[in-house]
Amino acid sequence: MGSDYAIEAEDLRRTYKARTGWLKPKRTEVEAVRGVTFTVGRGELFGLLGPNGAGKTTTIKLLNTLLIPTSGTARVCGHDVEKDTREVRRRIGYVFGGDRGLYDRLSALDNLRYFAELYGVAPRDQKRRIAELLDLVGLAGREGERVEGYSRGMRQRLHIARGLLHSPDVLFLDEPSIGVDPVAARELRRTVADLAATGTTVLLTTHYMAEADELCDRIAVIADGQIQALGTPAELRHRADGRRVVEVEAYGVPESAVESLRGLPGVRETAVEARGALQLLTVHSDAHVDVQGDVLRELAGIRLGRVNSREPTLEDAYVAIVSAA
Amino acid sequence: MSVLRVLTVGTLMHIKQISRSPFEIAITLIVPIVQATLAVYLFRAGGEQHRLLEAAVGAGVMGIWSSVLFGSGGAIQSQRWLGTLEMIMLAPRRPVLVILPITIATGLTGIYALLATLVWGRFLYGIRLDFAHPLAFVVAAVVCVLALGMFGLLLAATFVLMRNANALANTLEYPVWLVSGMLVPITVLPSWTGPIAAILPTTWGARALREATSGGPVWPSVAVCLGISLLCLALGGLALTYVERRARAAATLALA
Repeated sequence: MGSDYAIEAEDLRRTYKARTGWLKPKRTEVEAVRGVTFTVGRGELFGLLGPNGAGKTTTIKLLNTLLIPTSGTARVCGHDVEKDTREVRRRIGYVFGGDRGLYDRLSALDNLRYFAELYGVAPRDQKRRIAELLDLVGLAGREGERVEGYSRGMRQRLHIARGLLHSPDVLFLDEPSIGVDPVAARELRRTVADLAATGTTVLLTTHYMAEADELCDRIAVIADGQIQALGTPAELRHRADGRRVVEVEAYGVPESAVESLRGLPGVRETAVEARGALQLLTVHSDAHVDVQGDVLRELAGIRLGRVNSREPTLEDAYVAIVSAA
Repeated sequence: MSVLRVLTVGTLMHIKQISRSPFEIAITLIVPIVQATLAVYLFRAGGEQHRLLEAAVGAGVMGIWSSVLFGSGGAIQSQRWLGTLEMIMLAPRRPVLVILPITIATGLTGIYALLATLVWGRFLYGIRLDFAHPLAFVVAAVVCVLALGMFGLLLAATFVLMRNANALANTLEYPVWLVSGMLVPITVLPSWTGPIAAILPTTWGARALREATSGGPVWPSVAVCLGISLLCLALGGLALTYVERRARAAATLALA
């Protein structure tokens, strides 16, 4: 089996270089991943959590051979991603979220046949394997229809079937539940959990805390191209220990009011999330300081809804980690 | 055996994908009429009524070339848009086995342009389909399609690397028509175009088809066409391996 780990990343770095303009070319450099180090054990379900632009997808693409690291090394099942590219590719599956990545004008069956051939599934096994996977993702009976007529959830399930065709040892799932309805997302989580239970190593990136909390054995929080925290969901939750969270539903909170909340004694972070006409104001404070009264005083004159003071969750821990980055 | 299966299944799937595009269907319906008309009026104006079939065949080869050129560039670009370029390049196969089926598929769909140009020439302008060597014509047409597919592979290597592949395809269409003598004899072009014409498989493919149409030594042209295209295949295969690595370093396999 070689290495004890399914995935090993050591000081991975990736810089994107771009040039715009011809006469006076302007060169820009963006350091998307800045020294990422972690390992994933065989059969582990590992989550990579982070905000947009944190470097999650770049990290996955460095590990699955789609990008070459600017520096650092990575191994999948003991094979170097830069030098033993084909050996790595034989052992991995890659599924990403969204509508793209499939041949729209072909049927699901044709898509799977083509990728089975490309990914080296033995001809005698193809029919059986495709039927198994169509069954697994609930597309049996719809496989003859063109993908362009599929819903987003169906496409996502087809993506998963495609990623599993060659029974990969390691599966990279890049935000697989993005844009998928709650029922489909729950089915997808069940499929991912089943895969991990049967020994497939899964590296999952997601925005959804509940998904990471429910599925992952360990989670790495990545922000600004660096890993900010790594541990089990329970360990990460402890990162928010010593905090208290006040949530206020409000309408039309000006930025100046949010600024003044940040200046209140005991307040660590504030965040505003728009939910239609409503804004959800989240204030993190030291647990021993009761800031609720001060917060409501600062918001005097603003129409308010429900006010709630509670213990921190994994999501709050995540906010605390990312805000500190 | 496995290589042949990958190439065959890949070509069939890409033919299906290309031929179901409403845009492609519209183009392949309209362009042959325009090209047949262009060829016929050019040759009539030149007082060469007896060479109308040759003109129609030349126009048909132009159609195959357009299909391969825009097909190779367009297919790579559209795969980028579809998000499938990353998925196919991620396959544990040599890049040539992944890309060649796409360019062969564009050549095969392009053969429709040749047939349609001849049919429209027959119905609209009464061109008699009187081939000097009918069997040689079929063989030359098949070789021409395969040759252009392999030439397309060499082009595709560039298209994998460039995010704006279509821009390159646009600039290549007319010069290659002209230099290869698809419509205008090479002899009327400036002498410096000669060496360029000599190394293009399009020149020899068009020549083989013209000779099969109006009489002449078809097989030497077929052989040269095949030889150059095999060289394109070898170079394209090497270039793709290099380019795939460059694309992974430059991050051009995806749109962003």
